[in-house]
Amino acid sequence: MLFFSKRPTIKSLMSVKPFVVFSLLALSFQAFAKSGEVAAGEAQRWVTNMTQGVTATSHEIYDLHMLIFMICVWIGVVVFGIMFYSMIMHRKSAGAVPSKFHESTLVELAWTIIPALILVAMAVPATSTLIKIYDTSDADIDIKVVGYQWKWQYEYLGEEVSFFSNLTTPQDEIYGRAPKGEHYLLEVDEPVVIPINKKVRFLITANDVLHAWWVPALAVKRDAIPGYINDVWTIVDEPGIYRGQCAELCGKSHGFMPIVVHAMEEVDYQQWLVAKKVEAEELKLAMSQSFSMDELYARGEKVYQTNCVACHGPTGAGGVGPTLIGSSITTGPMNGHLSLMINGVQGSAMQAFGEQLNNIDLAAVITYKRNAWGNNMGDMLQPVDVLNHKRSL
Amino acid sequence: MGDHGPAKGFGRWLFTTNHKDIGSMYLWFSFAMFLMGGVFALVIRAELFQPGLQLVEPEFFNQMTTMHGLVMVFGAVMPAFVGLANWLIPMMVGAPDMALPRMNNWSFWILPFAFALLTSTLFMEGGGPNFGWTFYAPLSTTYAPPSVTYFIFAVHIMGASSIMGSINIIATILNMRAPGMTLMKMPLFVWTWLITAYLLIAVMPVLAGCVTMMLMDIHFGTSFFSAAGGGDPVLFQHVFWFFGHPEVYIMILPAFGIVSAIIPTFARKPLFGYASMVYATASIAFLSFIVWAHHMFTVGMPIAGELFFMYATMLIAVPTGVKVFNWITTMFRGSMSFETPMLFSIAFVILFTIGGFSGLMLAIAPADFQYHDTYFVVAHFHYVLVPGAIFSIFAGVYYWLPKWCGNMYDERLGKAHFWLSFVGLNVTFFPMHFVGLAGMPRRIPDYALQFADFNQIASMGAFLFGFSQVFFLFIVIKTIRGGKQATDEVWENPEGLEWTIPSPAPYHTFTTPPAVK
Repeated sequence: MLFFSKRPTIKSLMSVKPFVVFSLLALSFQAFAKSGEVAAGEAQRWVTNMTQGVTATSHEIYDLHMLIFMICVWIGVVVFGIMFYSMIMHRKSAGAVPSKFHESTLVELAWTIIPALILVAMAVPATSTLIKIYDTSDADIDIKVVGYQWKWQYEYLGEEVSFFSNLTTPQDEIYGRAPKGEHYLLEVDEPVVIPINKKVRFLITANDVLHAWWVPALAVKRDAIPGYINDVWTIVDEPGIYRGQCAELCGKSHGFMPIVVHAMEEVDYQQWLVAKKVEAEELKLAMSQSFSMDELYARGEKVYQTNCVACHGPTGAGGVGPTLIGSSITTGPMNGHLSLMINGVQGSAMQAFGEQLNNIDLAAVITYKRNAWGNNMGDMLQPVDVLNHKRSL
Repeated sequence: MGDHGPAKGFGRWLFTTNHKDIGSMYLWFSFAMFLMGGVFALVIRAELFQPGLQLVEPEFFNQMTTMHGLVMVFGAVMPAFVGLANWLIPMMVGAPDMALPRMNNWSFWILPFAFALLTSTLFMEGGGPNFGWTFYAPLSTTYAPPSVTYFIFAVHIMGASSIMGSINIIATILNMRAPGMTLMKMPLFVWTWLITAYLLIAVMPVLAGCVTMMLMDIHFGTSFFSAAGGGDPVLFQHVFWFFGHPEVYIMILPAFGIVSAIIPTFARKPLFGYASMVYATASIAFLSFIVWAHHMFTVGMPIAGELFFMYATMLIAVPTGVKVFNWITTMFRGSMSFETPMLFSIAFVILFTIGGFSGLMLAIAPADFQYHDTYFVVAHFHYVLVPGAIFSIFAGVYYWLPKWCGNMYDERLGKAHFWLSFVGLNVTFFPMHFVGLAGMPRRIPDYALQFADFNQIASMGAFLFGFSQVFFLFIVIKTIRGGKQATDEVWENPEGLEWTIPSPAPYHTFTTPPAVK
């Protein structure tokens, strides 16, 4: 019996203890919470409902959602109302005498047929909305969206504009060493830019595992699946920046691959597109140039912070991925290092960066890794070396 | 006949073929798994208490979400129902034991090994399964940690255990009913388990096929689920959910049976619409086979498929509604009292219905595009599983525990456990509807700042709910060790053969079949 023997103690414990424990717990949590600086906009807090969004589709989905929700609420009011009435009126302690009835075909038929009719009423608007969502024809702009572990690539079909979109929230904010910014975890280096009032079609696929491309304000969510191309469309009404996240578990950094859509006026979009094309031309030219050690090192550091830091850590000391300090790769032969960066490591989280980074960035980040954190190899790589290496493969 | 007592020592449990011993072992095992899965859940909730990464790294967080799901589904809920079936079905149909007692022993004893395999992966290099309990390929194949092979074999063993358990239950119900107990006189718990057992036999081999294809992809160079080799990642989801959707009904149909036994007892009025309850259960079981792709509305199915699965899913509301209406009509104009089993059963009806409403919302494909893979889904399935499966198991344990051990539980403690669980559960899971609608994806270890407030509340509720279950353990142990002697009937005129035998139930019951009128 041991500690079960003193009955009064148990009783008193019973009435008090859980509440004491709970409030202590709540207090300690509160203290814990204050240790991390949080600066969320007051207006955005305590959101309890779906966004109405900024497209005709998102409005329609919101209305559908509210319709079904209200039908459920009213059914709930009636059903739970009867239940609570019965629980209050038909209590044994109130002297209720039980009836004996236990069957009625008529009643059973009624509560089979009536719900079925309500369902039909729900199915009609749902079907019409779905048919509209599925009409992906006649798009003005096609953007191919490719999910990678853990970033998105956007390719403007027919425009020769293509780029990756990476999370820019610093590790220090994630680990509570710096105050969190307003768009914590929902900010990227390059948002996907679209014009308003144009039918934009997204062709969604993935390079490695499943992802899902989701922007709540557009009411667009579609899985990104290797080997499949899914198409969805949107017409945005208002200029603005709309944020979303990957919605299919895709591994370690599933929570860290946001989507940012920047919708702008048609003119602004065209200007942006031209600027992107100029940038691409300049990049092409730069591919054949030579860079100094300092230039490569500085650029490489940026590339590292965007693409490598999540696994190999801010100081190269490793984390999920192996350490890069004095490793056989970063201090080994240059060709081996380059091959590994281009091809990745099969069956591990180390991706093939040959297609993801351009030759300058590859040269820069390799140079950086071989010279940072005391690796001090003193050697460097030019974009043209990367090109030659790729050709020799 | 009671002179064949149990064997002495540990051998009793190792070699037992007695349905009551095996039932107890299933229940204790499932409770241990429930606590373990609960600890995993608390790791998740502690990390999500505030934005930022504080306690665990994302890769361990993913292992926690995966293991929480697997352990709760396969380790806590399913074995608990099999334990209740073992204890109750022979007593309810007037049989001396299960039809296949040796297989019964075997189907229990392979389970601890399955879960030892599964949990051992947490200590392996590369960590345990980290791809979610739905283990979508290729994250669970090409990109999985090496321990995935252990996971696959563990699932195989669990599946074998479930299939053997189901065969045993079907054989018992169909062959060992007392004379006079026709099918339409069986208690609803027996009916729902009969249907559940058929579901298990139908879908467990599909799950086994699914994980075997994974095994082949990982170790033997096939490409069932790898697009690069000509395979199809979407095939995985179809196969998985063809198992997965009936699986969720496997976890709820026996619960329907339990509350259908409890509500009439405490309303002191016969169950309303017995026959329609049976037909509704059978309809739900049938529908469960043709709705699987509503879990996949965003994979890009053709619109015809999308519409078919939307309509079929909405149809489930009809038989489920019939059941809820029947329970409420049973209560209506009864003479109700609110002992702990009744409290859990009433909470079951209310909260399961709320989970049903959100299920109906999720069935609407266009709206699902906004709900899919958000916390709204997490809220939905926890509302059907926690107050559904878990509360019905609590209700069943409080209801039949006096019959099993001969002692009444302490009513005040039971009610306290109920209210703590009830409050904890709602504080945990209700805010999840809000963050889900506001746009928080599920399975993320860190989140944007606008989700912080409701997550904090949910985490506090989770710890309250979690610690309340330790209190439940205390109540059960206290009841087994002593307490007021239970009468043979235990309650006021409860219906069923199990109340005609002494409390505690002798080691062997119904060695001669009772007569059923």
